Amino acid sequence: MIDLSGFGNQLLLGASVTIELALASLAVGLVLGLLGASAKLSSVKVFQWIANGYTTIIRGIPELLTVLIIYFGATTVLMAVASVFGYEEYIEIGPFAAGVTALGLTFGAYATEVFRGALQSIPKGQNEAAVALGMGRVRTFYRIILPQVWRMALPGLGNLFLVLLKDTALVSVVGLDDIMRKANIAVSSTKEPFLFYSAAAVLYLGLTIVSMAVVYFLEKRANRGIKRA
Amino acid sequence: MDFSVIVEYFPKLMQGTWVSLQLILLSVVLGGIFALPIALARISKNPLISGLPFAYIFFFRGTPLLVQIFLVYYGASQFEVVRESFLWPVLKEPFWCAIIAFTLNTSAYTAEIFRGAIQAIPVGEVEACKVVGMTKVQMYRRILLPRAFGIVLPAYGNEIILMLKGSALASTITILDLTGMARTIIARTYTPIEIFLAAGVIYLVISMVVIAIFKQVEKRQNRYLGPNPVKLPDDV
Repeated sequence: MIDLSGFGNQLLLGASVTIELALASLAVGLVLGLLGASAKLSSVKVFQWIANGYTTIIRGIPELLTVLIIYFGATTVLMAVASVFGYEEYIEIGPFAAGVTALGLTFGAYATEVFRGALQSIPKGQNEAAVALGMGRVRTFYRIILPQVWRMALPGLGNLFLVLLKDTALVSVVGLDDIMRKANIAVSSTKEPFLFYSAAAVLYLGLTIVSMAVVYFLEKRANRGIKRA
Repeated sequence: MDFSVIVEYFPKLMQGTWVSLQLILLSVVLGGIFALPIALARISKNPLISGLPFAYIFFFRGTPLLVQIFLVYYGASQFEVVRESFLWPVLKEPFWCAIIAFTLNTSAYTAEIFRGAIQAIPVGEVEACKVVGMTKVQMYRRILLPRAFGIVLPAYGNEIILMLKGSALASTITILDLTGMARTIIARTYTPIEIFLAAGVIYLVISMVVIAIFKQVEKRQNRYLGPNPVKLPDDV
């Protein structure tokens, strides 16, 4: 490994934090996305309103602002809630938790649209066929709907993950020790900004390439039941 | 919650909004101008011509915008050659560094959109133009460019929204755009929720205006599709 005046290892440590943050936000975002899509397709009007409000607001606000609102705002909100219960100590949520929340919310809003499209693309007859075979709703969802939604949604989700990966850099602004912040630290002590930001860029490019390869593999696997034209 | 701070600092927030709008407008226009030649070069079958735009697009789409801004703003000043060159008056200004980084970034994304649009025009339409005896210029002016423009619109609208959201990163290099202004106000008043919410609402309003404008232009551009145009899928 290139030494980079002793900061090479630090950058790699930062990369592992970036990966952890991206994967944790992905998990939160996928759940939010499925919930959001179900709410949008639900016949209950209130659920539709909530989901529409959620996706409109999150998709119209800069990710950096979302990160800042969660990081600085959550403390105020949590302390206000806690003081109701008589707890007056200072509460702080760390940059990692704030990052996962903010990026998960962002990913979830975009994933809602991807999942909605995928859910709508499954013919109604599939559902009816499953019911005719005597499957319950939950079993139909797990065995019939979800595997097909997964296949349809994968390309969209793959793109979203690449966006998420790059958005993780924003969490360095609130002090998470990811690639970007490690690069900042290295720059302030070595005064070689071009070198370290280029190194950071190369690391992100590497992560992007690996993610693209993983998505390609997953897509191939998800499509193994489909004949190529 | 004390919403009077929003009223008190509203003029300041508007100042920031104006800076944000300048950043977005300049970089979207410049990025659009650069994107067309990049897209045309990228389409070329000659690998010597298409190689460079490919690498350019891959780099700017594969790395975070934050890294790109820092590379321009902090990175360029590492070299004495740059500090002594005629470019330095421009490169020492955070505003122009942000414009440079945003323009490079959005031109890479826009080039990919243009490439998709040009390649999406069916070959039959080009052949039809030739059959009716159009010259190449006529064909581009009357058929291909308006067609590509119509195809490009939805994705291009999305790209402008992304640029709007990306412009918040200008606050990381000391620019007092909407986000930067909000952070400055908060440092003084310590009312993060109120001020950030106000900033969020302003961003939302801007993106809704952009969406509304694009809907109108799209309707006009694609009116040949009739009263029930084919619904284009939401691009994400």
